[in-house]
Amino acid sequence: MDLISILIVVAKVAFVLIVVLHFGALMTWAERKQAALIQDRIGPNRINILGVKALGLIQIMADGLKMIMKEDFIPAGAHRLYHTLAPAIAMFPALVALAVVPFGPSFDVAGRHIELQVANLDVGILFVLAVSSLGVYGIALAGWASNNKYSLLGTVRATAQMISYEIPMGLAIIGIVMTYGTLEMNKIVELQGEYFRLGGLPILPKWGIFYQPLGFVLLFTALIAETKRTPFDLPEGESELVAGFNVEYSGMKWGMFFLGEFASIVVVSALVATLYFGGWQIPYVNLMALPALPRVLLGVATFFGKVIVLCWLQLLVRWTLPRFRYDQLMHLGWKRLMPLAIANLPLTAAWIWMLGGMKS
Amino acid sequence: MSAQIAFYVLALGALVSALGVVLVRNPITSALNLVVSLCFVAGLYALLEAHFVAAVQVTVYAGAIMVLFTFVIMLLDLGTVPARTGPPEGIPKATIMGALGAAFVGLVIHAVRGDIRVPTTAGMAPERVAELGGNSRLVGELLFGPYLLPFEVAGVLLLVALVGTVVMAKRDSVAKSTASRRNS
Repeated sequence: MDLISILIVVAKVAFVLIVVLHFGALMTWAERKQAALIQDRIGPNRINILGVKALGLIQIMADGLKMIMKEDFIPAGAHRLYHTLAPAIAMFPALVALAVVPFGPSFDVAGRHIELQVANLDVGILFVLAVSSLGVYGIALAGWASNNKYSLLGTVRATAQMISYEIPMGLAIIGIVMTYGTLEMNKIVELQGEYFRLGGLPILPKWGIFYQPLGFVLLFTALIAETKRTPFDLPEGESELVAGFNVEYSGMKWGMFFLGEFASIVVVSALVATLYFGGWQIPYVNLMALPALPRVLLGVATFFGKVIVLCWLQLLVRWTLPRFRYDQLMHLGWKRLMPLAIANLPLTAAWIWMLGGMKS
Repeated sequence: MSAQIAFYVLALGALVSALGVVLVRNPITSALNLVVSLCFVAGLYALLEAHFVAAVQVTVYAGAIMVLFTFVIMLLDLGTVPARTGPPEGIPKATIMGALGAAFVGLVIHAVRGDIRVPTTAGMAPERVAELGGNSRLVGELLFGPYLLPFEVAGVLLLVALVGTVVMAKRDSVAKSTASRRNS
């Protein structure tokens, strides 16, 4: 490892972190505007700097300032260390999971081959699963350390929900792994650049969604449940639990839960875009044939375009559907999603077998 | 060199947090120390180029099993084990048990001493593994090839244990509910 390759790695890490955090912050604004649109309101439009309103985007800065300047309150009887640690642990998976997601095509510059991916692990998807499974601790600690019954009830709900929906999530991902025969994210994206051909003509790109339509629905549902947003927001059901596991949080610690939630929306979108919508691939355009600069610009723009569309889709779901009842939530997870996800596996296997075996 | 530094950092972390599991008085802290320890061990696996095992270690142990542990501890609200006053009890018993344990480990080492090898990556260097299709593929081929039967048997064993637990937990509540039905 010479200095330049270390710098390249640092630059990639910084890029991914900055993108996730900025997307997360922008999502708070997008969520308000989307909610306003659906509820026939205008949304944030008052706050301005010297008359510049920038579509209400300044609201993000105001929110940030408000959260930083608010009193950071730790309730009596709370476990101080865990109360402080919990938001950081809750935010960690959202920041780390994108490390294995390729956000653009690779290119050569000055004799170096650069992959636009922080870490190309051969266990790619498993890394995402491993990291996201640790997110439960943040929520669990938050509720327990707050010394508040509402918090603990929220935590119990959140933990049960996240464990339940991890199962269909993992099973749906197995479908993708079977289809492409690899766990590596950049290979999955590469393989999605090919086409289903009819008489030599490219008809459809070999995107995950065409191979695994059922898997897509299952994974997307399970991932939305993992982000704990409406219709899966029982852990913070306001009408019963005040605000659930984060009742006793204020200031920037609460802000970290908030930002973590929005960052995880971005992670969900990036993951779904990579697994089901071809990542940075543009259908019918061979990016790898282009020179380095337009290739990278187009590829990265395509990837983030897909991410934005999927983020918007999640906002739409959030403001369209009402909250589930708790038994409906468990019913959906264990009696609907899990059997379907298991059924998806033999279906996928039969499909692969009919197409003449997996490429190996 | 950097691998050695990484090894010592990870090993130290794993040992310190493992000590924390048995030495701290707060059960939650104890469980969380175990999580940290498991993550450090996963780091050691990753250092050995066993990425698949590392990822599975975090997903299954740190991410699933320990979540249930902490969940149960939180729900039971065990509180903190009170500080001990006076000399610890049971020293003779602990000494005998410790000696028996050490003797057992010694016997096992004696029995297999001819087969003890320092693990090497000879023949399975990272480049070779990558050439054969990557770590996950190799583990998968071994697991579903030569070791298929032991693997499936282990799976069935876990299932039996699970069903057994449900039966044992249910028996109590079934007896109770039939009793209450009779009374009413």
